[in-house]
Amino acid sequence: MREDVVDLLWEGLRQTLYMVAWSSVFALLLGTLLGITLVVTDKGGILAAPGVNKVISTAINGVRSIPFIILIVLLLPLSRLIVGTTLGPAAAIVSLSIGAAPFLGRIIENALREVGDGKIEAAKSVGAGPFTIILQVLIPEALPALVRGMTIAVISITEFTAVAGAIGAGGLGSLAIRFGYQRFRTDILLGTVLLIILIVQILQWSGDYIARSIDRRRFKNG
Amino acid sequence: MITVTNLNKSYRTRSGTVSALTDINLHIEKGEIFGIIGFSGAGKSTLIRCLNRLEEPDSGSIRIGETVITDLKERELRLARRKIGMIFQQFNLFDSKTVFGNVAFPLKAAGYKKPEIERRVGEILDLVELGGKAGSYPSELSGGQKQRVGIARALAGEPDVLLSDEATSALDPQTTHSILELLADINRRLGLTVVLITHEMDVLRHICGNAAVIEAGRIVENAPVRELFHNPQSDTAKRFAGIYDFYNNTGNSGQLEVPKPEQREAVLR
Ligand SMILES: Nc1ncnc2c1ncn2[C@@H]1O[C@H](COP(=O)(O)OP(=O)(O)OP(=O)(O)O)[C@@H](O)[C@H]1O
Ligand SMILES: [Mg+2]
Repeated sequence: MREDVVDLLWEGLRQTLYMVAWSSVFALLLGTLLGITLVVTDKGGILAAPGVNKVISTAINGVRSIPFIILIVLLLPLSRLIVGTTLGPAAAIVSLSIGAAPFLGRIIENALREVGDGKIEAAKSVGAGPFTIILQVLIPEALPALVRGMTIAVISITEFTAVAGAIGAGGLGSLAIRFGYQRFRTDILLGTVLLIILIVQILQWSGDYIARSIDRRRFKNG
Repeated sequence: MITVTNLNKSYRTRSGTVSALTDINLHIEKGEIFGIIGFSGAGKSTLIRCLNRLEEPDSGSIRIGETVITDLKERELRLARRKIGMIFQQFNLFDSKTVFGNVAFPLKAAGYKKPEIERRVGEILDLVELGGKAGSYPSELSGGQKQRVGIARALAGEPDVLLSDEATSALDPQTTHSILELLADINRRLGLTVVLITHEMDVLRHICGNAAVIEAGRIVENAPVRELFHNPQSDTAKRFAGIYDFYNNTGNSGQLEVPKPEQREAVLR
């Protein structure tokens, strides 16, 4: 074990957390918008617009069918446009956000669809409008499922971050490639793997904890 | 209070068009408890859901009070719905909200201020005898209590009309009775017009003044409940009255054929 290990791993961890955090925020915003739009514009939805629904759904399927590593390459010009470079964590955040948003959109769509039609009709029957229904009924009723879905998505973003490291994003993924693969530094390789496992565990544990506490408050005997 | 004129509604399905309501004409007086009976699939839910346009009718008109419901645009319809409460067989409460939150929902949606909401919700919860449960979640309540919350939510906006789609069908007989008492009490105290769908004879007999009988999407009989029992005209009414006699052994059962087991099954389901 050499003395540079701690410094390198610390720097990698910092960059990874930075990428995961910001990509998650942007992907969540975009994905939430997509997911809600998919649910409310569906046939029989509270803002039914089957045309819009079809277009968004097809676009999501399109982006999702592109392998992530290729998507990053495709999005390089966009990264350059937004952050001025195609290298480093900031550039990766652009690709990661856009790559993960469609996945999040589907996850959020699924969570929101679990909310029974009866509840939405009850809200309609007292004169609630579409935005009240989205904010006061759909989202709160689906909250535990939303949290569980978002946990899965943020973990996927963590994995994608490591993949992005392979093509210049920095972070733990890049350390693993540069030192573990190219320079046979097994200590660093193992270090990155351990740190990534740790991040994933903490994310999963926090997500489960939050979802469970919401459920426990609502369903005390269940 | 409620006038339905030449109402038609059909559903387009993959296997063709199903006519759910055909040429419905109906008049319901202010302050009465009006029953709608019929066998499964007759069109009862479709009819009551057309009244607040949870279903869009194909043609015909619906007037409630001074408002022609069928002429309203989306935004006006939302305002009108505040004056038409609805309760459901499955209660449809919000699991994410406490009893207070459920009852406050219509008031929040209507933009009431907090003190006003607190005052009103308190009053209504007292009315449905749930004053002590304001902070509970629906999962902590019995079926009867849940339906009381449903009723409280429906009444929060001080509606003129209450629509009830089999609101007691998921409850045991005793709880059914207490909910019916509550509805009758609210009807008396608030002068609310109640439209009530039911499968249960007892419900009809105990609290409804007049009732309509629906068969295959048409109103085949519309009369005071007493008459429906003593002199039923339609097939459906005869069966309902017959079944009622069969189980209660009162009235003129001698003139009626005893229903076959599967007919009883259908009614009691
Ligand atoms: N969304 C729908 N799509 C297609 N057909 C429908 C739909 N809703 C109702 N129908 C049909 O319309 C007819 C009337 O249904 P409705 O639900 O009004 O019956 P109901 O009298 O309330 O029956 P139940 O006592 O079982 O609740 C039925 O033939 C039903 O299959
Ligand atoms: Mg029905």
